[in-house]
Amino acid sequence: MKLDAKIPEGNLSEKWTNYKSNMKLINPTNKRKYSIIVVGTGLAGASAAATLGELGYNVKAFTYHDSARRAHSIAAQGGINAAKNYQNDGDSVYRLFYDTIKGGDFRARESNVYRLAEVSNNIIDQCVAQGVPFARDYGGVLDNRSFGGAQVSRTFYARGQTGQQLLLGAVSALNRQIAKKTVTLYNQREMLDLVVVDGKAAGIIVRNLLTGEIERHNANAVILATGGYANVFFLSTNAMNCNATAIWRAHKKGAAFANPCYTQIHPTCLPKHGEGQSKLTLMSESLRNDGRIWVSKSKKDLREPWNIPEDERDYYLERKYPSYGNLAPRDISSRSAKEAYDDGRGAKGGEAVYLDFRDSINRLGAKVIEERYGNLMDMYQTITGENPYKSPMKIYPAPHYAMGGLWVDYELMSTIPGMFVLGEANFSDHGANRLGASALMQGLADGYFVIPYTLSNYLASEKPALVDTNDKQFAEEESKTREYIDKLLSVNGKQTVDEFHKKLGRILWDYVGMARNEAGLKKGISLIREMREEFWKDVKVVGKNEDINQTLERAGRVADYFEFAELLALDALNRNESCGSHFREEYQTEEGEAKRDDEHYAHVAAWEFHDVGKWTRHQEELNYEYVKLATRSYK
Amino acid sequence: MSGNINVLLKIWHQKNANTKGGFVDYKVNVSPDSSFLEMLDEINNDLERKGEDPIVFESDCREGICGTCGLVINGEPHGPLRKIATCQLHMRNFKDGETIWVEPFRAKAFPVIKDLMVDRTALDKILQAGGYVSVNTGGVPDANAIPISKDLSSEAFDAAACIGCGACVASCKNASAMLFVSAKVSQLALLPQGHPERSKRVQAMVMVMDELGFGSCTNTYACEAECPKGISITNIARLNREFFNAKFKSSVLEY
Repeated sequence: MKLDAKIPEGNLSEKWTNYKSNMKLINPTNKRKYSIIVVGTGLAGASAAATLGELGYNVKAFTYHDSARRAHSIAAQGGINAAKNYQNDGDSVYRLFYDTIKGGDFRARESNVYRLAEVSNNIIDQCVAQGVPFARDYGGVLDNRSFGGAQVSRTFYARGQTGQQLLLGAVSALNRQIAKKTVTLYNQREMLDLVVVDGKAAGIIVRNLLTGEIERHNANAVILATGGYANVFFLSTNAMNCNATAIWRAHKKGAAFANPCYTQIHPTCLPKHGEGQSKLTLMSESLRNDGRIWVSKSKKDLREPWNIPEDERDYYLERKYPSYGNLAPRDISSRSAKEAYDDGRGAKGGEAVYLDFRDSINRLGAKVIEERYGNLMDMYQTITGENPYKSPMKIYPAPHYAMGGLWVDYELMSTIPGMFVLGEANFSDHGANRLGASALMQGLADGYFVIPYTLSNYLASEKPALVDTNDKQFAEEESKTREYIDKLLSVNGKQTVDEFHKKLGRILWDYVGMARNEAGLKKGISLIREMREEFWKDVKVVGKNEDINQTLERAGRVADYFEFAELLALDALNRNESCGSHFREEYQTEEGEAKRDDEHYAHVAAWEFHDVGKWTRHQEELNYEYVKLATRSYK
Repeated sequence: MSGNINVLLKIWHQKNANTKGGFVDYKVNVSPDSSFLEMLDEINNDLERKGEDPIVFESDCREGICGTCGLVINGEPHGPLRKIATCQLHMRNFKDGETIWVEPFRAKAFPVIKDLMVDRTALDKILQAGGYVSVNTGGVPDANAIPISKDLSSEAFDAAACIGCGACVASCKNASAMLFVSAKVSQLALLPQGHPERSKRVQAMVMVMDELGFGSCTNTYACEAECPKGISITNIARLNREFFNAKFKSSVLEY
């Protein structure tokens, strides 16, 4: 396998312009002769499908939801970054680029990140033109807020529902194309395999989730925009149905998987209440502006928090990181919380730490705190039944976002020609750690402003004739998919799919979570393998294929997680350094901070699949021509 | 377990749109901290372990924003609490020993698919008729080129907050989609970006809404009361104004 990033010639700031000037075009009347499949209708998928439809391609969009609008982009809260410099505070494309590279702990590709920063401004213009009701100032212009990892205010937002408003904007553009019949929406379809003919992506196999029918769809190019894999942990902030099946099955067909060990754990989520917990809820990190995080100094302190006197509390972030205090970055905050509760000092001895507003309420009054965080305080009370004005919140870190994903080149094409990967599903822009408000930016950049160009460059050298769905390759993939479903249904063991998923999640959380070490990772890998074997011997999948079968849907996804989890752990084991979200206990400074090894690990690890449990690790060297590598410090 | 409550659930089962459904009883012992949907997860897990088919219901984000979940609980869409989706309802809001009736959203335009799952794609069809601004990607003016007052923008947001769950339709005795449609019409009528297509949009959306079998609005305000996002019925008044203005213009002024 050869990894050619295809980075265009020229200075960093000229690469994208040069690319666009030299790319191959397709005449407008010829575009409709090409069929494109887009899987997923979140920010990346909906924006791509809509834009390609506008250009005149014949687009087929797929979602497992009933409606495109349900995709999990809808749940993003905080905002979207752009280098508009409307605040006149010194922002620029270069600064957004640099902050993103630095936030990613110098493990992202310079050229991609620069392009992302360049097109960020177009996104805001586009969304406003669609009628997205961004927050505005009294003069009628757009408002901005600040986010972690930046010294400028560049985050555009729509209350705490930015993802919702941006997705509804993109879906409105998609709906317009559906009405114009340039896009056909196939809802309630789940992609179960990629069809590769003569080394190129030729179509997909999907299951109709209402009838169980297995369908074949052909196209000249396949675009995957199917999101991230944080649900491999079972408990995460992702929606219930988020899964890695589309990218995993494409990986098994030859698409390299890059940096799977880069998983972001968000520090401020609500703790679990019991074994029946189905997912974890994110509380905006803005709470850390006025809340103080602490645990008790003594172990197994079962007293109510308000009965623990001041001198018996450990405000550990303020103690360890005096200059950033409670606003230390996500990875550091999450890790420190874990250290505290692993030490038995968590809230009431459990897996949670306190986020306390007492001092802010005493200083500013409850009214000010309510004005600032009222909706979050209400949300906390609705879910937990506790009043956060009276008693400190209990918070807990949770898997939130996947920086890793399928490897793509500058054109967002995977190692399978004709298959492109957008948004969280690819690995491209966030390195080892993503900054807040950058996921929405990347999803829309990929869909609105990158893929329409790079796809044309690919298709211009392709003939419009499609591989017939009656072709033997399609027939073969369909029958393999059916066999796989039959295999899942026929195990007829004793444990349910959810029980297995929870066990897998626990292994990952314990051995491949926030702090990793060689012995733990090896143990984790062997436990994953054992559990995978047990899954195929003892899982119980009720019902049949020819009906709505939500258990079967989940079973297929969990089966894939059992294979993927091993790669996640293997990647972590092979990255002998700490960087961003990937913390290896063996590689830390004396103060316990992440210690990078730029000499040996300034590269992307891209894994080639041979068989379950068998991969080859390839490297794409990251050549930093414009940025000087530096150590992050938040002391 | 101590602290848990016992409830009797009467849950609607229906094989498909063409068969008759009925209630099935489930006695459960549940933690008050459990969410309503987590309780259903547990029931399903037990059914699966026994080799029985689980109850079909939909949910996804479990944060009240995706609009996927939607159950009628004790006669109310999204249950007894105001301004939350079903996924945000917790068992501490029920009493020990209580009987809880669980049904799907019911409306002519929302046929039952199975058990508690209904087909709400009619809502998307209305949006496809005109719930957008006709701009292609690229070639748009700078985001700050048109100032929009903070109040207007905020009002547009209030309408745009709709999650498309369909509770308004399920709560209405006429199964009207007026609140849903008016939310989108209002958002785009308030913002200058939506003005060029204002008349065409409202007429097209109302026409499709009528064709799909949604009922008409008789001002009972049930929709506003059950809306998880608190979308105001003043939007319906705005929709009516927009509609009559559009009809007036298209009949009097020829352009």
